[in-house]
Amino acid sequence: MMGLNYQAIYVIWLRQLKRFSRDRGRLISNFIQPLMFLAVLGFGLGAATLPGLPSGVRFIDVLAPGIIAMSILFPSVFIGLSILWDRQFGFLQEVLVAPVSRLSIVIGTTLGGATIALIQGFIVLFISLLLGVNFNFSLFLVLAPVFMLLTSFVAIGIGLIIASKMQSIEGFQFIVSLLIFPLLFLASPFSTLDASPPWLRAISYADPITYGIDGMRATLINYSHFPFYISLGVLVIISTVMMILGSYFFSKSEA
Amino acid sequence: MPIISVQNLKKYYKDVKAVDDISFDVNEGEIFGFLGPNGAGKTTTIKMLVTLLKPTEGTAKVVDDDINKNPDKVRRNIGIVFQDPALDDRLTGKENLDFHARMYGMKKEKREERVKEVLKLVDIEEKANILVKNYSGGMKRRLEIARGLMHYPKVLFLDEPTLGLDPQTRRSVWDYIKNLNEKEKITIFLTTHYMEEADYLCNRVAIIDHGKVLVIDTPLKLKSQIGKDVITIGCSNGVVCADSLKKEEWVESIKVHDSSVTIGTKEIEKKLPLIIKMAEENNIEINSIDIRKPTLEDVFLYYTGKKIREQDAGNSIPEQFRRRFS
Repeated sequence: MMGLNYQAIYVIWLRQLKRFSRDRGRLISNFIQPLMFLAVLGFGLGAATLPGLPSGVRFIDVLAPGIIAMSILFPSVFIGLSILWDRQFGFLQEVLVAPVSRLSIVIGTTLGGATIALIQGFIVLFISLLLGVNFNFSLFLVLAPVFMLLTSFVAIGIGLIIASKMQSIEGFQFIVSLLIFPLLFLASPFSTLDASPPWLRAISYADPITYGIDGMRATLINYSHFPFYISLGVLVIISTVMMILGSYFFSKSEA
Repeated sequence: MPIISVQNLKKYYKDVKAVDDISFDVNEGEIFGFLGPNGAGKTTTIKMLVTLLKPTEGTAKVVDDDINKNPDKVRRNIGIVFQDPALDDRLTGKENLDFHARMYGMKKEKREERVKEVLKLVDIEEKANILVKNYSGGMKRRLEIARGLMHYPKVLFLDEPTLGLDPQTRRSVWDYIKNLNEKEKITIFLTTHYMEEADYLCNRVAIIDHGKVLVIDTPLKLKSQIGKDVITIGCSNGVVCADSLKKEEWVESIKVHDSSVTIGTKEIEKKLPLIIKMAEENNIEINSIDIRKPTLEDVFLYYTGKKIREQDAGNSIPEQFRRRFS
């Protein structure tokens, strides 16, 4: 059955948000972790200068979009983990046996994951503001959430693919740490592409997260390696591909 | 009119015939039970009937639709309670029901009304707003049954509905099942490996073992089929023992196993001396005598030559250790 079941999409989204809001430990750690990164790295290395930075742009300004991306990346990928938990605890059967298209299930799950990721992204954005990061409040700021969302979609797609292929939670965690850390670090969240040696930069170009972080830098602090529209274009294409692949593999998987 | 009609259903895995060519009908309004040991193919059959698994061959009609051709329509008409709990324990009972109702596209007023109805039916109104992780095992089961009923299914599938519950809770779950069969006029298909459960609940029982249906009938008929009373004689030589007893006209049914013979007859107490005399005459050593009114356990024993419980004990030993014991 193709077609969309809007009520089902809504309630799958709602369930994820309810679970998220009831998980107090997760809420607190979501607040503490980026705060630590920003404060310790930002102020600790505050004196460091990166080659190629225009005057007026400090290290902590460059760092903030990187930490925002990081705080979006993890909850997005871990949507896959929540599917594996549901499989382990049998709840996935309840979802799959309902007269609802697999596409609706994927969309509801994705929107739930993206909403949570955006909330986390905005928490970090807020913390950054408190720490005095110089955001460029021009029209471009409107585009920042778009980059956050697209980055989230890429990661959710990855999570869905791994969850559909892996049967165990341990396996998922293994693959994720094997995959997500390189994806994150190659996108130079704690530094800039301009400061990277050429060979590293070449690898970074192949990493979709690079365009997420660079796009956020372009829109938030008005400093980036690529013009924002290039990052936007690349991200739109990659997130679309990842989501299609993720939905495909998920719809093929069994309860 | 059968509400479920299964025709030559098969599910083969590499070298295992999980379900091996079974055919049967379930009538509208009855409680139909699948009785068999673990690994007999009960859950596999249910999973095919609720369209979570594709059959290797064969098909079934559930309500009005074919499970292969119209799985989505089949899903609309059925409710399922899975063997393993399938609740979200971070949500409240009510939220679990609400989730289900929305997944089945129920409108707001209908949804709220039905949530109240089913909560009342299984007596968890007071706990409806508590997180499911704080529920007891019995309450979780009842909530799942309530959820299975939310969308007015025509058939409710229950896979081992009382597995892991204590005897008292089991009783109460039975009563809820009976009650909703009568009140909601809903057909119930359940699987179990508990004899008493099948006996107490089911209008008709199918005995299944190694993926095959051995017999289908009412519990009463199944039991009376093997005689009024049942005596199991544990003896040194089952075959000789049976040969000499077969000739007796009071023996209504007889089944031979390696070191035991099961006989069905009337007024067994009076026949006991005859049996002992026969054993002495044939130099057969009697190790044990067990007299009972027949239960479904005896029916199972009669058809398969083994007890359900013994098999379960065998299955509970992990594969890698099994060889050492045998």
